[in-house]
Parts: sequence; C-alpha cells; structure tokens
Amino acid sequence: MLFDAYDPGDFFDELFLTQGQPRPEADLLVKRVNALSLVDLQQRQQAAQNALFKLGVTFNVYSDNQGTERIFPFDVIPRIVPGHEWEWIEKGLKQRIYAINCFIHDVYNEQKILNDGVVPRHVVESAPGFLKPCMGLNPPNNIWCHITGTDLVRDKDGTWYVLEDNMRCPSGVSYVLENRRVMKNTFPHLFAAMDIAAVDDYASQLLETLLNLVPETLINPRVAVLTPGMYNSAYFEHSFLAQQMGAELVEGRDLVVSDGYLKMRTTKGLERVDVMYRRIDDDFIDPKAFRPDSLLGVPGLMEVYRAGRVALANALGTGVADDKLVYAYVPQMIRYYLDEDQIIPNVPTYLCEDATQQAHVLDNLDQLVVKATDASGGYGMLVGPHASEEQRADFSDRIRANPRGYIAQPTLCLSRVPTLIGDRFEGCHVDLRPYILYGQDIYVNPGGLTRVALKRGSLVVNSSQGGGSKDTWVVRSIDPNAQLPIQGGGVKE
Amino acid sequence: MLSRVADSIYWLNRYVERAENVARFVDVNLNLLLDAPPGMEQQWEPLVRTTGDQAMFKARYGEASAENILKFLTFDRDYPNSIISCLRSARENARSVREVISSEMWEQVNSFYLMVNEAADVGLLSELHNFFPEVKMASHLFAGVMEATMAHTEGWHFGQLGRLLERADKTARILDVKYYILLPSVTDVGSPLDDLQWIALLKSASAYEMYRKRQYRITPQGVTEFLILNREFPRSIQFCLIEAERSLHCISGTPTGTWRTGSDRALGRLRSELDYLTIEEITERGLHEFLDDLQNRLNEVGANIFSDFFALEPV
Repeated sequence: MLFDAYDPGDFFDELFLTQGQPRPEADLLVKRVNALSLVDLQQRQQAAQNALFKLGVTFNVYSDNQGTERIFPFDVIPRIVPGHEWEWIEKGLKQRIYAINCFIHDVYNEQKILNDGVVPRHVVESAPGFLKPCMGLNPPNNIWCHITGTDLVRDKDGTWYVLEDNMRCPSGVSYVLENRRVMKNTFPHLFAAMDIAAVDDYASQLLETLLNLVPETLINPRVAVLTPGMYNSAYFEHSFLAQQMGAELVEGRDLVVSDGYLKMRTTKGLERVDVMYRRIDDDFIDPKAFRPDSLLGVPGLMEVYRAGRVALANALGTGVADDKLVYAYVPQMIRYYLDEDQIIPNVPTYLCEDATQQAHVLDNLDQLVVKATDASGGYGMLVGPHASEEQRADFSDRIRANPRGYIAQPTLCLSRVPTLIGDRFEGCHVDLRPYILYGQDIYVNPGGLTRVALKRGSLVVNSSQGGGSKDTWVVRSIDPNAQLPIQGGGVKE
Repeated sequence: MLSRVADSIYWLNRYVERAENVARFVDVNLNLLLDAPPGMEQQWEPLVRTTGDQAMFKARYGEASAENILKFLTFDRDYPNSIISCLRSARENARSVREVISSEMWEQVNSFYLMVNEAADVGLLSELHNFFPEVKMASHLFAGVMEATMAHTEGWHFGQLGRLLERADKTARILDVKYYILLPSVTDVGSPLDDLQWIALLKSASAYEMYRKRQYRITPQGVTEFLILNREFPRSIQFCLIEAERSLHCISGTPTGTWRTGSDRALGRLRSELDYLTIEEITERGLHEFLDDLQNRLNEVGANIFSDFFALEPV
C-alpha cells in the first residue's frame, strides 16, 4: 500500500495520472509494489545496489586515490514509456540523427547548407568543435555519428523535447544493460506479465555498427575500444563494452602508427587495428594534429584516418553538432535535408549573439537557464530561478563579453517518477538518454538511461552532481490474465 | 595479446605472490623468536636485509626495532614492497585488465585487498600472528581461482610465469633469512636450537610435512636441498623454474630445450644448471653466495621477459 500516500503533485508524473490513479501501463507495477511491505521493498532496493556493486558497475571519483570506485545510485522503481509513445520517439530520433549526420558530412565537404545561408557560416566556423583538419574527410558510407546518446526531457504538460544531442562520446549505456539485468531479478513476475522491450542486444548492434565500417574484403578485421585509462570516470563502461563485444581494450600507449597503419603492441609484435571505437575526445586523439600536450592519443593517427586505413567511431569532427548554438539550427537542418518537420521539438532557444534576443535574455535571467555553448554534463550553466543575484550578474557580464558563447532556454519543469527515498516515495525529476547507433540502418535501443535527480527539488540529474538512475521500461503490451503474487515474500519473488 | 595486458597479468601475480612471501618470511622470524631461549638477542634487522631495501628502511625509521620492521614490511603504504602496497599494486593491475581476467579473479583480489586494507587501518601489530596466515590463504585462493576460472591461454601463462619467478626468488630469500640469523658459531650447529630453527624455516615454506615424507631427519643439507633442488615440491626453487619454463615455452612457442628469445635462453640455462647441481656443490661454494647469484640470474630472466614481450618498440 506504499503508493497510497504518494502524491504526484502539480507535475507531470510518468507513473501516475493523479493520486491513487496509475497510468494504464504502470498499473501492474503499482499493484505489485503495493503488495510488498516497505521492508521488503527496501531489501530489494539494497539487493539491487549490492548486485550492481558486485558486478563492478561503478564510476570513478578523481580526487580519491584510496578507493576510487563509487556506485551510481540506483532506484528500483522503473520509469515506464508506453509502446506507442516510444514508436513516436524512435521515429523522431531517427529523423534527427539522419539529418544531423547529413549536416556534419556537408559542413566538412561541400558546405551546401552554409552556402545556401540556411545555417549561418559563422555559427559553424566559430564552433570549437568544428575541426579544420577534418575538411574533405569521407568516412565509410559517409556516416559520422555512429553512436549518439540524445538527452530527452519532458515538461510539465508532458511535451517531449530534445535537450542535447551528445555526438562525441556519450556514456551510460552500460548502466542501461546492467540495471536491466538486476531488475529482472528484482521483479521477475512483472517481466513475465508485461511485454517490456529487451535491451540486451546493444553490444551486438554496436559490434555490427563497427564492423560495418571495414571493407568487406578485409577478413578478420580487428576491433578495438580506445579508453583514456582506468582513472577515467567511465572506465568501467569502456572495459564492459570491450568485453561484451570481444574487442581489444586499448590505451594510447598501446598504439603506434607504423608503415602507414594503426597498430597495437602485442606480445607477438605489432598488429593492425582496423576499427576503433574511441572514447577519447577529438582534441586529445592525435597530439600531432590537435592538442600537442595530449598523452592519451596516438601521434599520427589523423594521417592514417584520413588515408582511410583505420575507421573511427565516432568520426573526428562530430563535436561540431554538439555546439549549443548549432543545436538551435537542427529544425532547419531537418527541413533542408529531409524536407520534413521536426518530430521531437528542440527546447525553445534564445541566441545571445542576436541583439534582440540577448536583451530579452538579460531582462529575464531569473526565469531562464543559460548554457555555455561549448559545455555539457551540467557544467557552465546558470539555472536562473535557483541562482543568486551575484551569479546572475556574473552571467550577465559573461554573456555581454562573449555573446556567441551562450544560449538561453526557458526553465523546464521536468517530469517526475516516484522514487524510494528513506521510508517513502517521493517524486523526483528525470530525463531520458536513449542510445542510437548508425550503421547500415539507424537503430535505437528501446528505453535508455533514465537519470533521476535525488536531491529534493533538484533539476540536475548528472552523476557528478548527486544524480542516480532507474531502469526504463518500454511497455508494448500487458498480459490481461497475469497472475502476480499477492504477498511480498522474501527478497526475491 | 596486448603487451600492456600481458604485463599487468604478470605483475598482478607477482604482487600477490610477493605479499604472500613477505608474510611467510616475517612469520618464520616471529616463530624463530618464540622458540629462542629468553635473553637471546632478537634479530630483526636480517629481515630488512633480505628485502634489499635497507637504505629505505634506515631513512624512514632509523632504529631496527621489531615494531618498526613489522610496520615497514606489512602496513607501510609508502614502502612499495610492503604487504599492503603489494596488494594495492596487484589490485590496480587487475583493474586495468578486468575485461581479460575472470570476474572471480577480480573479486578475489579485490576482497584480498580490502581485507589487508582493513587490517592496516586497525594497524594492530599484536594481531599479526592471525593476519599472516590469512594473507597466505587469500593468496592461495587467488591462485586457485585463476587456475579454475581463467582459460589456460597466453594470458594465464604470463600469470604463471610471474607467480613462479616471484616464488623462486622469495624461497631463496627465505633461506637467506636463516643464513643471516644463524651466523652459526660452530658449537651451535646440530644443537636442539639449530634443529628448531630449521623446522621453523620449513614450516614457513609450508614444507615441513612434505620434507618429513621424503626423509626423516632434519639436517641443514637436507632442508636446503629440499627447498632448492626438489623437483616435486611446489615451493622449491627448481620446481618453480621447471614450471615457469613450461609456461614460457607455451608463450613463445619455442620447443623446450631450445631457445629463440633471450628469456628462453636465460631461464633454460638456469633451470638446466640446477638439474645437474648437487647440494654438496652448493654448500662448497657457500649457500649465501649461491642464493645471491641465483637472485641475480632471476632478475636477468625478468629483464629478458620485459624486453621480449612487454617493451615492444616499433622499428
């Protein structure tokens, strides 16, 4: 009866229509949870956390050199997305990724969209993610953004928006896979009674996406995952994905350019690497072409890449589409390349480089969210309504000094999901990051990572800022005759 | 296999084995002292000397008291060969190759580390007589888990190589502890005290019972022969060399008895010399001198493995 006291309040709640009235897709879940005692539910929550810790699903904390791993807090109440809604999201994401890929290929080659004035040339050329050395590149099949983790949010009225595209090295997919594994043990009967879309084929899909990048004539191509090393916060994921694909996990120091190819140092001599899923940012990947102080990359890699002798995922230069000013032009890109209307809308965005819009932003700082165009992960932003007078004054100065560097958006009231906090459920704000792969076709892993802000009232869901995660269930149908245990029983059903 | 990965598996095993052996030779000394008649001077300094890290000890602690030496060898986080540091290094190496080793291996080395770390936080030297057996057992558990859960392919052989070379080196050092401690005056040889010391030494290498089965009487020559030349006892130096060589040849693909790499040659040569040595020859030459030379030769093997497999430079 735990849910009886839960009040969704004046928010869009992903599981409840109103107090005591679950959404149809969440009905069975709510019944099941209500059949459990608080202690039982807490035990399940603890068991799930322990399982994740034992599996080593951890992220690293930089400052602490003794026990550097922490678990990403996990909540056992899943977020549910109805199947029909998911179909719409999937269609919208495919449209978006297709158009953005066209855009990236275009700006590094013919630049039609710039010449036609649809996206102003200076917007692209002033983006820090736009890399001159990538001009004229032709990656296999003209695909640039093989792996994307788009951030979606939902406002108070339930409208979905795309918040960020994350075209560089989005992380978190390992949590999706491991959270699901743990949840199947936590609520096995629900998985039997509900048609919840499976997520487990992600690693196979990723491997196919990577293999799609090598010419068919190449027999036994070698696939590697490039990690900055074990002190990186996402090291677990790099290691996990390499293991799941049977790929080699390499660091910059394992690699060398020799005879015009990318090779790795093995106990039997140098061996060629044909495809590399790199989890290192563009800037660091080749000290000869980009940042000379980088120790993480491989000197000379860019030349090999340009010659088409190694494939990289994502391609170098995709970061241009992560720029938040470029983001504002995605609707125009979709219209330009596909002649379609955007399916999932952007968050309305004010461009500070435009004098009129800037004036509006400066006048309404207390209601807007201001973001640095080149930042991500919750850094470099001002949440107007929660900021102090001083912070707002500071951002005013910054915007005036560098209008190109900032955009502003209305403060969205993110949707909520009930979350077990202490001995009761509280509504916590969430976002959703689905993972999209662009190989032969575009594949969207059903569901994605639901990140949840565990601090009361907080809108920031990033793991570095006290966020946690939930499993995401895309529910296609529910068995109307499902029999669920009425009593809670032990820790597992 | 990536050189870095092979290197990490090799060192993961060396460090676990090293921690176990530090526990062993501190333990033998504790036991020797318990049996010593009251009033006899406690000899702790030889322990530091066998590690070869006297300078570092002097600089950090000065006086060679029992307490200082125990702290130095077990819980000193700044001394790289202390038990806690070995485990930290082993765990770091394991963490960097987690996708290659079995998850059971990772779990074992992780809980081993956590156990030692907890003991170090408490830091009670009076509890050490319980701590050392735990370290030994955790190390055995790790070796067993690796044996039973990791495919016996190249990576596994690198691990074996690391463990066996480390063990050969440390058995030599344990024997050396006895050399330093006894400094036997002629009258002591063969006395009941001497006998007890040799028994303690055998026990520290878990060799006492196996030795008895082989020959009844405990004699200095018998013990040294058993720990150096025995081909069947898993902590004897020759056993370690034979098995290490087998793994090395599985890695390099060279038939045993021939060589292609520097490591094949250095290890094969050492092993075959021991094949034809007698304990009389060793004693004649001087046990300490022999052990010293053996340790240098083992270092040479290690250096060759490094340059043959780990330190690959593009042409």
